[in-house]
Amino acid sequence: MEKKNIIWNFFSSVNLALFTLICLAVSSIIGTLIPQKDSLETYISLFGIKGTQFIRLFAFDEMYSSVWFIFLLFLLAVNLIVCSLDRIPRVIKFLNKDNLTLTPETLHRMPFQDHCIMEGTAGEYGQEIVSQLKDKGWSAKKRTSDEMTIFFAQRQPWSRLAVYLVHLSVLIIFAGAVYGKVAGFKASILLPEQQSSTVVYSRDTPDPIELGFSLRCDAFTIEFYDNGMPKSYRSTLTLEDKGQLLTQQDIEVNHPLKYKGITFFQSSFRPYHDFLFTLSTEDGQTKIFRQEYRKMVDWQETGLRFGIVNLESVDEHATRLKIWFSDGHGEPAIFWIDNNSQTTIDRGGTSYIFSAKQRYATGLQVVRDPGVWLVYIGCALLLIGLYITFFLSHKRIWLILQQNRKSHISFSLHGDTSKNMIGFERQFNDLAAKLKTKTHE
Amino acid sequence: MDSSILLGITTFTYLSSSLLYLCLLLFKKERIGKVATVFTVAAFIIQTAGIALRWHESYRLEIGHAPLTNMYESIVFFAWTIILIYLLIERKFKIQTIGAFAVPIAFLAMAYASLSDDSSKNIAPLIPALQSNWLITHVVTCFIGYASFAISAGLGIMYLLKQHFNTSTLLHSLPSLKILDDIIHKSIIVGFLWLTCGIVTGSVWANTAWGSYWSWDVKETWSLITWFIYAITLHIRYTIGWSGKRIAWLSILGFISVLFTYFGVNFWLVGLHSYASI
Repeated sequence: MEKKNIIWNFFSSVNLALFTLICLAVSSIIGTLIPQKDSLETYISLFGIKGTQFIRLFAFDEMYSSVWFIFLLFLLAVNLIVCSLDRIPRVIKFLNKDNLTLTPETLHRMPFQDHCIMEGTAGEYGQEIVSQLKDKGWSAKKRTSDEMTIFFAQRQPWSRLAVYLVHLSVLIIFAGAVYGKVAGFKASILLPEQQSSTVVYSRDTPDPIELGFSLRCDAFTIEFYDNGMPKSYRSTLTLEDKGQLLTQQDIEVNHPLKYKGITFFQSSFRPYHDFLFTLSTEDGQTKIFRQEYRKMVDWQETGLRFGIVNLESVDEHATRLKIWFSDGHGEPAIFWIDNNSQTTIDRGGTSYIFSAKQRYATGLQVVRDPGVWLVYIGCALLLIGLYITFFLSHKRIWLILQQNRKSHISFSLHGDTSKNMIGFERQFNDLAAKLKTKTHE
Repeated sequence: MDSSILLGITTFTYLSSSLLYLCLLLFKKERIGKVATVFTVAAFIIQTAGIALRWHESYRLEIGHAPLTNMYESIVFFAWTIILIYLLIERKFKIQTIGAFAVPIAFLAMAYASLSDDSSKNIAPLIPALQSNWLITHVVTCFIGYASFAISAGLGIMYLLKQHFNTSTLLHSLPSLKILDDIIHKSIIVGFLWLTCGIVTGSVWANTAWGSYWSWDVKETWSLITWFIYAITLHIRYTIGWSGKRIAWLSILGFISVLFTYFGVNFWLVGLHSYASI
């Protein structure tokens, strides 16, 4: 028997769990009422100078990453570990005990009982019992002595341990979160079309994070509903290392790009006030240009010049563009095209393929989280553990047959369950009825 | 015939069955109870048809999404899950007087939904972040949890009223405190399991959309606070001296947290989750 001391009892107590959960709940509430990680001006305008000092002192503005919130989570973890280590041995001892050696006195204290006297001999009747129990789904063991035969069967004994699976799964989730935080990063980048970057930016660290390769936004397209809300938007991303193409993929919201443990999520966008043009001549020359609104593009090699002289837009998104185009001969062409569309310009004998679109920057979340699978496993185990803990019970039945006189046996059925008494009562009574009626073939 | 007509009929039918359950409490005639159940089941079927029709209508408008995405749709679905869980409890425990406390919640939810301004009642297209299969799983699991907690709170109120006014003949026909305590406990367990599913599916979805399964966003945090409150309630049975009365109070406190998680966050606090506001 281990020596239990006050410290162990403290850390294994339910009261500590209640205290910690209450503190976590209250702190979480405070963290939702006070803006988190906001600017100094916001706090001063909401709470005044003294209020802001108070908030900063207790780290209420960074509640969930503060030292003492982390300490509460740590305390909960210790509580979970100690209370499980404290109670599991007892449960295992209980499950391992030999149920065939329980005395009739003990059995008479079980919550479910059924007794009667039957005709027959214990020997012949005893043969049938095991197979009858098997039919009903109970695999029984038996022990015969001079005075009596005792049968024992149980169902789902391991369900008594399910609550510790719940505790373990919470610990696994914590472990996954810590691992992800320590070995990963959460960053973002606003990357304009046709530009690339080898770093991304995290809110938590001042220095940019090196990707180890180059990330480029080749194109960004967006569609809108009639009411102006975004319908869908996607980016074409290219990952390159020293000129070597690593991968190229389209991403959109809810469909990220994964590469070597880093995931790129389409999360937002920003419209710019400049435009991207593609112009191709019949003899195969093609070039991409970037230019601002109402400024001219001059393609010296071909003598072509063009620009956007007017446009229509909804909010900051251009819908139609008015193009001015000149090839140096005759009147310039002036026409409207939809944003992000292509058109053919015929100029006396030759034609050009021309497209124009507003330039956007794609907003990406860039994340490395090696712990996420641990968290998912923890969540799955949590759900399984909760289901077993609340819906499956450990049921036990004992049957004692004693030969009273030459042709009479006393039949004693006892039952016990870890939960759901009412449901088990019905099962127990059905079983008793079945065992008592079938005496001969 | 469109979905809004069906849902309007539903609201009135829930009102009628609420009144019938109240009559059952007053007059204790078993036949009233049977009529009340028939009305409730009829209203439930009409509401199911209304929700399905709205889903279909969204496809006709070439938008195509489950009717779970704005405040109006969510309140209608909330009322639907409350009645679903109530009918299951009525069937399993064969007690109809609980209807007097559960069905009015559904009626009030439907009535509140019908008072919402017109733009929320229209079927609107989804922004890209909501265009995901996780939408249905996450919203449905959360609402089954919310509905179970609503019912446990209604039962908690019944428990406290019966205990306090223990000489009242009106409340005499309510089930015994022992039975009420048992059903409260079971509905909290069911709610807790579904809420856990809801939080987990929300986290998995957040991770596929934003790369972060937990950002301490106010709605996420409040769902966790609700989860803490019910975890505390479930553990309290294992400490000495906590009676059914305290569990009843906790079931009401928990539901207040559910309401804040559902509505309060949208109206008073801002975050990633602000897809719905009236």
